[in-house]
Amino acid sequence: MLKINDINVYYGNIHALKGVSLDINQGEIVTLIGANGAGKSTLLKTISGLLKPKTGEIIFENVNVAGKLPQLIVKRGISQVPEGRRVFANMTVEENLELGAYLRKDKKEIREDFDKVYQLFPRLEERRKQLSGTLSGGEQQMLAMGRALMARPRLLLLDEPSMGLAPLLVKTIFRIIEEINKTGTTILLVEQNAHMALSIADRAYVIETGKIVADGSAAELSNSDQIRKAYLGGH
Amino acid sequence: MNGMKHTKGFWLSIVLAVVIGIVIQFLINGEILDSFYTNTLYLIGINIILAVSLHLIIGITGQFSIGHAGFLAVGAYTSAIITMKLGMPFPVAIIVAGIVAAIAGLIIGIPTLRLRGDYLAIATLGFGEIMRIIFLNMNYVGGASGMSVTHMVTWPWVISCVIITIVVITNFTNSRHGRACIAIRENEIAADAMGINTTFYKVVAFVIGAFFAGVAGALYAHNFYIIQPTNFGFLKSFDILILVVLGGLGSMSGAVIAAILLTIISTYLSNYPEVRMVIYSLVLIVMMLFRPQGLMGTKEITAFFKVGKTAKGGVQNDKHTVA
Repeated sequence: MLKINDINVYYGNIHALKGVSLDINQGEIVTLIGANGAGKSTLLKTISGLLKPKTGEIIFENVNVAGKLPQLIVKRGISQVPEGRRVFANMTVEENLELGAYLRKDKKEIREDFDKVYQLFPRLEERRKQLSGTLSGGEQQMLAMGRALMARPRLLLLDEPSMGLAPLLVKTIFRIIEEINKTGTTILLVEQNAHMALSIADRAYVIETGKIVADGSAAELSNSDQIRKAYLGGH
Repeated sequence: MNGMKHTKGFWLSIVLAVVIGIVIQFLINGEILDSFYTNTLYLIGINIILAVSLHLIIGITGQFSIGHAGFLAVGAYTSAIITMKLGMPFPVAIIVAGIVAAIAGLIIGIPTLRLRGDYLAIATLGFGEIMRIIFLNMNYVGGASGMSVTHMVTWPWVISCVIITIVVITNFTNSRHGRACIAIRENEIAADAMGINTTFYKVVAFVIGAFFAGVAGALYAHNFYIIQPTNFGFLKSFDILILVVLGGLGSMSGAVIAAILLTIISTYLSNYPEVRMVIYSLVLIVMMLFRPQGLMGTKEITAFFKVGKTAKGGVQNDKHTVA
C-alpha cells in the first residue's frame, strides 16, 4: 500500500532521515519505534507532505506522493493525527470534526462518518458543543483521532497517541486503534511507548538517528534481546 | 465562530443599520446634525471599515499584520489620482482604489505570508513604511506637501461602504473558507494536516482585507480635502490595530464597537491635544489590565441576544453596524 524508497530529509543542514525505506501492507498496523530525536515524527510529516524529502520516493497506491502538497495527500487517503493532538481549541468538538472532512463534498457520507466517530468515541458525542480547548488530554487525543478519521483515510498516521496520558487511558486509546484497524484502515503508529505499540502491531521498524536499524514482526522484535535492552528497559 | 449560526440576527442588524442610516440621512438633511457631527460620523464609518478589514486578517486568520495604513494610503492616493487627475467620478475611484489596494495586498502577501508571528509583523510594518516613502517621493502626487482632494464623501456613500464591508466579511467568515481561515488561526500545522491550503487562505484573507482598506482610503481621501504621506505612517497602522485588539481579537462586532467608541473619544479629546495621547494610552492600558481579551472576547453581539433578550437596552451604542 505504502512503499518508501530511500528518502533523505534535511532540516537546513541537519540530515534528519538518512536513506529510510519501509513498506506497509494493506490492513496492517505497523509501528515505528525509537528514542527522542530519532526521526519518527519527521518521517510521518514527510509522508503527510508537511515536510519535503530531498531525494527518494514515497509510493502510495502506485503513485509517488513525495513532496506533494498536504492537501493532495489527504485527498489521496492519508490522514495524520499530529503529535501533541493540536485540536482547534476555540472551536467546538463538532466544528473540529467538520474540519476533518474539509476536503470532502459527499454530505451524506460525512453524516455517516460523524456517527461512526461518535460510536468509536462516545465521549465526543457527549461533548459535541463544548469548546475543544476545554477537553481533557485524553479527550483531545480522541478528538484528534476522530478528526483525522473524518477525512476517511485508507492509511492513518498516528504520532505518539499515548503522549502525556495516564496508563489506563493509553490502554483505551490503543484498544480504539485496534478497532479502527479492524474496520479496514491501515495504520502507521509512531510511539515511544514501545511495549504498548508492539503489543498491538503486526510489524515494527526501529529507527535510530535517522536510520532504520531493525525491522520484523512485532513478536520477533519484542523477543529480541538487543531491542529489549535498548528500547523496552532491560529485564 | 459563535456568530456562525446567527444568520437571522445578522440580517436583522443589517436591516437595522439601513434604517438607522436613512434616519441619520434625514437628520443631516434637516440640519439637525451639524457638520461637526456629520464629520465624526464619516470618520466612524471609515474606521469601522478599516477595523473590520483588519479583523479579517488578524482576528479571523490570525496573521499579525501591522501595515494596514499602507493599504489605506494606496487606496487614498489611487482614488485621488482618479478623481483629481483623471477627472473620473467618485464611485469609480472607490472601486479602483479597492482593486489597486487588493493587488498591492497580493504582491505583498505572497512572499510575506510565509513568515510567522513577529517576522510577519516586521515585514508588514516595512511594507507600510515603504508605501509612505514612495508617496513622499512621488512628485506626481505632490510629495511631502500632499495632494488636495475635493470633498466628495456623503453619508450614503459611507454607510453603504460600511454595510457592504460588513456583509462581505461576515459571509466570508461564516463560509467554508472562513472556517478554513479560523482553523489556520487556531493551529496552522493541524490545518495543514487536515488538507487546508494554508498559504492560499492566508493570501485570500490578506487580499480581501486590503481591498476594503483601499475602499476606506478612497473615503478618507475625499473627506479630508488634503492627503499627505504623514497621514499614513506606522502610527496610523497601530491606530487600526488598536481598534481590533480592543474590540476583541476574533469578534467583528467588537471591532465595530471599538471603532465607534475610540473615534468618539479621540474626536472629543482633540480639543485637548496635549493630554490626548496620554488619556488614549491610559484607556488602552486599563483595558488590557482588566479585560485582556478585548471588549467582546471572541463573541459576537448577536450571541447576547440568544442568551437573554434582556440585553435590549445595550444597542444604542452600536448604531448602524452589528454583525
